[in-house]
Amino acid sequence: MRRVAIVGAGLTKFYRNTQETPKELAYEATKMALDSCEMKLSDIDCVVHGTAPDAFDGVHMKGEYLSDGSGAYRKPYMRHFVGGGTGVLSPIHGWFHVASGMFDTCLVVAEEKMSSAYPHPAGAFLTIFDHTTEQPLYPTLIYIFAIEMNRFMTTHGYRKEDIALVAVKNKKNAMDHPSAQLPAEITVQDVLNSEIMAWPVNRLDISPTSDGAACVVLAAEHVARRITEKPIWIDGCGWSLDTAYWTTRDLYYPDYLEVAARQAYKMAGIKEPSKEIHIAEPYDPFTYKELHHIEGLMLAPRGKSVQMLVDGHFNRNGNLPTSPSGGLLGVGNPIAAAGLMKVIELYLQLKGTAGKRQVPGNPTCGVANAWGDLMQVGTVVVLRS
Amino acid sequence: MEITKKMVEKTATKLSAEEILGGKVLSVKWEPKLKYAWDNGPAIGRYLAELKNGKIIAKKCDKCHRIMIPPRMFCELCWVPTGEWVYVKDTGIVNTWIVGYVDWKAKRLDIKGGVRPITPGIIEIDGASKGMGILHHLGEVDPWKIHRSMKVKAVWKPPEERTGSITDIKYFKPTK
Repeated sequence: MRRVAIVGAGLTKFYRNTQETPKELAYEATKMALDSCEMKLSDIDCVVHGTAPDAFDGVHMKGEYLSDGSGAYRKPYMRHFVGGGTGVLSPIHGWFHVASGMFDTCLVVAEEKMSSAYPHPAGAFLTIFDHTTEQPLYPTLIYIFAIEMNRFMTTHGYRKEDIALVAVKNKKNAMDHPSAQLPAEITVQDVLNSEIMAWPVNRLDISPTSDGAACVVLAAEHVARRITEKPIWIDGCGWSLDTAYWTTRDLYYPDYLEVAARQAYKMAGIKEPSKEIHIAEPYDPFTYKELHHIEGLMLAPRGKSVQMLVDGHFNRNGNLPTSPSGGLLGVGNPIAAAGLMKVIELYLQLKGTAGKRQVPGNPTCGVANAWGDLMQVGTVVVLRS
Repeated sequence: MEITKKMVEKTATKLSAEEILGGKVLSVKWEPKLKYAWDNGPAIGRYLAELKNGKIIAKKCDKCHRIMIPPRMFCELCWVPTGEWVYVKDTGIVNTWIVGYVDWKAKRLDIKGGVRPITPGIIEIDGASKGMGILHHLGEVDPWKIHRSMKVKAVWKPPEERTGSITDIKYFKPTK
């Protein structure tokens, strides 16, 4: 296998409703990514695209619809989709193309426009559940995440007011992110006093509905070294899927993620993740989920992540900064684009070009993950400078 | 290269829902009307038929000995066909639960107006293997008094109202 690097990145602004079409958003992110490394579309051998349910847009075969905005005209093009896990599968999918030796360069584009679905995109999720044993009970995503959060809390004895610190941290980190939709200085009390959606989940425990797009440019080593003095290497990839019988899993722990993380760490030669990884972008569509994923990534022992959070371990100037971007809670959650936004944050941080968000200590190794489908898929990438 | 505010500010234009729904920005509206008839296969088919009889049935894997609910024709862990059918109880314990203030479309319930929050949970069914839970609702209980491992029992619809559906069980209520 050949070594593959990220050499450029682009990101749109994230909003609840954008005037731009999905294709136009994809174009903006892709154009910015190519410009960032002074490449032209003609330098690109192939394109991969990540985007989540067609039902958001009401456009069947959304991948094909988006291809022109992603620079895929008459190029090898593939769309991938694993629900919320899509955005971190995106660079993995691009990595296949380049690591295999088939292509030297690949555009990795992720786009999501959730705002088209009315009255709320949440309704589009009813059909992810089993049509016979679950749909007649009218479940929705927020219910099952709250169900998981409660299991996580009751197993470890975690308190809501401590978990709320994730929202405080991430929304504050997002103040320095130019694409951020919901940057804010808030307090734990603000989170606890926000509207109950599905206890234990309050409104400020949740990331927003968003529109946006993101893009990275991948290159094989011999090409990457010509493009930039500091390529950022994709050194580890992992992905796995747990059972769709989600009510028979013990939801207190993300096994799907541990399997994927072990695969990525093995590929990257990482033996002690909590020591060898300097920054992390754990997937945080909900406050508890960042902690759940920190444990699944083995960056904290099971049952200890909350104390580490309270102690400031995961702050931007802490021992292991998590979601220095501001995460989905602060920057926003255009599903696939949000996952790739996290990978872009690692890229910028490891390159030393994260601006006001730059974490101290010259980090050289970072991990990002995303999660989705029926709460069952884990996608992980490890990047190194 | 840093991604700056100046770079992103022209990539997207913010709109409000009012601008779209109020017609200030032109949009096209479409409401899909799709119909499906989903076949349930032999395992879930029998499960539904038993629910109509007021019983819950599971299926056992002869290799890992798990008694699985909902029943399935093959064991996804051992990757072999499952064996005998096993009746399980209509009682269980609460594995985890929520107190929902929104419906499945994220519409707010009128809680202040007296509407009861929606309280779905995972119920581990007695007689099935440990941890084997199903999604269902909790009822006849103060939403804020539900707790982990609370013992519950199915409340069935009257036989004449049952249709062979998971909703033949109205909800699970606490047992004293």
